[in-house]
Amino acid sequence: MKYLDEYRDEKIARGIVAELGRRATRPWVLMEICGGQTHTLMRYGIDEMLPAGIELVHGPGCPVCVTALETIDKAIEIASRPDVTLISYGDMLRVPGSHTDLFHVKAQGGDVRVVYSPTEALKFARANPSRSVVFFAVGFETTAPANAMAVWQAKREGLRNFSMLASHVLVPPAIRALMSSPRNRVQGFIGPGHVCTVMGYREYEDLMREFHVPIVVGGFEPLDLLEAILMLVTQLEEGRAVVENQYARSVTYEGNLLAQKVLAEVFEVCDRKWRGIGGIPESGLSLREEYADFDADRIFGTEGVTADEPAECISAEVLQGLKKPTDCSAFGTRCTPENPLGAPMVSSEGACAAYYQYRRHAMAASGNH
Amino acid sequence: MPQETKLDLALNCPIPIAARDSILLGHGSGGRMSGDLLRNVLLPALQNPVLDRLDDQAIVDVGGSLIAFTTDSFVVKPLFFPGGDIGTLAVNGTVNDLAMGGAEPLFLSLALILEEGLPLDTLRRVMESIRVAAALAGVAVVTGDTKVVEKGSGDGLFVNTSGIGLVPSAVRLSADQSRPGDRVLLSGTIGDHGITILSQREGLEFESAVASDTAALHTLVADMLRASSEIRCLRDPTRGGLSSSLNEIAARSRVGIELEEKAIPIREEVQGACEMLGLDPLYVANEGKLLAIVEPTAAEMILDAMHQHPLGHNARIIGTVTDAHRGMVTLRTRLGTSRIVDLLSGDQLPRIC
Repeated sequence: MKYLDEYRDEKIARGIVAELGRRATRPWVLMEICGGQTHTLMRYGIDEMLPAGIELVHGPGCPVCVTALETIDKAIEIASRPDVTLISYGDMLRVPGSHTDLFHVKAQGGDVRVVYSPTEALKFARANPSRSVVFFAVGFETTAPANAMAVWQAKREGLRNFSMLASHVLVPPAIRALMSSPRNRVQGFIGPGHVCTVMGYREYEDLMREFHVPIVVGGFEPLDLLEAILMLVTQLEEGRAVVENQYARSVTYEGNLLAQKVLAEVFEVCDRKWRGIGGIPESGLSLREEYADFDADRIFGTEGVTADEPAECISAEVLQGLKKPTDCSAFGTRCTPENPLGAPMVSSEGACAAYYQYRRHAMAASGNH
Repeated sequence: MPQETKLDLALNCPIPIAARDSILLGHGSGGRMSGDLLRNVLLPALQNPVLDRLDDQAIVDVGGSLIAFTTDSFVVKPLFFPGGDIGTLAVNGTVNDLAMGGAEPLFLSLALILEEGLPLDTLRRVMESIRVAAALAGVAVVTGDTKVVEKGSGDGLFVNTSGIGLVPSAVRLSADQSRPGDRVLLSGTIGDHGITILSQREGLEFESAVASDTAALHTLVADMLRASSEIRCLRDPTRGGLSSSLNEIAARSRVGIELEEKAIPIREEVQGACEMLGLDPLYVANEGKLLAIVEPTAAEMILDAMHQHPLGHNARIIGTVTDAHRGMVTLRTRLGTSRIVDLLSGDQLPRIC
């Protein structure tokens, strides 16, 4: 298929791997930020192809995985109300809250629906004025503009029965938190291609300067990732640290200015709790005061809902790239996608689920698990 | 689910939600949750040697004749879609379940559950489709039942069909028959039906020229069996897609199955839709395709026979049965690496980004 096969070519992939083998003179630890990138790495077995010594650790870029427990609890509480239709993206429904998940709320009669776009939620609200329609908005900078647009449009139309439970997170503060950790092992980052499509990569230059760390904004196809890895290793071997853009067919330096404008109009930066990691200052987006009438958290009085996340959990270390999913004694036995113990096993973008889904046989063969 | 009671709370991971005290949509997905429901709740009440084979149809000896018997319910939404409707599915689905046992389909039953308010015109259209599909397949609907439920208690129209067919005495097809070395044959492109239905759903308006592949496969099966008797097992990979059928065969025969990604035929429109929606076509439903596990030396002969049939033009050898990774299906990717094709837990969920 055009525009896909070109990025999945075995011969070119083998060529890049051979070049990597020539350039890498010592071990390097790299992190891919995005869950979508983790998914591709596992699905295509790219970790299997890499020369020994090039280690990929999987970053916190799975929006489903990092959504705070208390946010899930809020969504569940709101969805359980008889007058509410809660609408979200598909994989949020399986994420366990403190006591249940949205699939169970749905099975108990709650009106929970899945859409591909927040504008579908708007449409539903217009067509069903007697329902209080709540869009559960999670995700990074990638999904935030469309969600902002939905709220902006709802306000413009004076749509009274639409609101949003917004829990967006931002990538650069997470990288800053990872790099500031005394336990950090990461020497180079594959930057989040779709986030940068929206935001550009100016912010990543600040991070690069602050920590003297190479960052290559990467795409999501196998050759994108291999090329990004090669660019990172080349920089590291040459002792350079700059921001480079591998995903130039989608990402520009400035990003999507219209999307940034609507983001700034509707959302403001706030502190945010990340599941498995904890609070990170100025790492989230919440609705501005002018849009308070559309803030489900206020409308339904769930602002006070809190949930204690266990302080010690390997998912925290997995999400920070300190441990691999297979380092967990529960992986694949007590913790599976049917009975997830932690969020990274829930979404297919989560590192644990990606390992479980695609790599279990290799682990069995190597005796690793 | 014994693991629920043995959670190691000392691990202190965030929150297990394992207690499944009610039916979730995922129980109907054809994936692991469906299997759990079958094993833990349904089968214990019913055990007998015929049922325990868990093939798409039961094959019973009645006075020396081998009778294939099967049943299937249809709850598709929307009722009408490009390529067919709930009526064509209800006929072809049951005919195919019989055909996968090597049976010649003979008779069907038809049970309708109608929701109060269903337009009669809709019902007439569906009945006309049933008439045409049955005539094309050469089966007669010889008994039936109609029930009406209150508005809100159904979704317009649910259909159940059961079917009876006759199995030639030399034929013995079952999911536990595969042996290492066997070849895996697929009759054509995957995912057409599932993507067609998705593209028709409210809220997912993407344009697509793809149509459901719903078709009765028994004449294709007859041609294949005429070409060679060395067919171990046939499956029509409906809900849960290729992955569910192959995982079932791998588990029942205690073998590994290795697929070649490049060999699996898929239409560009289906591939494109799957990429856009974040779905894996290996899990998307088909309604007119079959998988055959065949003895290696007979593979080419059977493939030739498939190519001669209009429903087997695009047939390919897509993989091999192995003695490595027993019980698992693996895939040699386009990059030459290997990965698992796992059973999904529940429904395939659209990814967030």
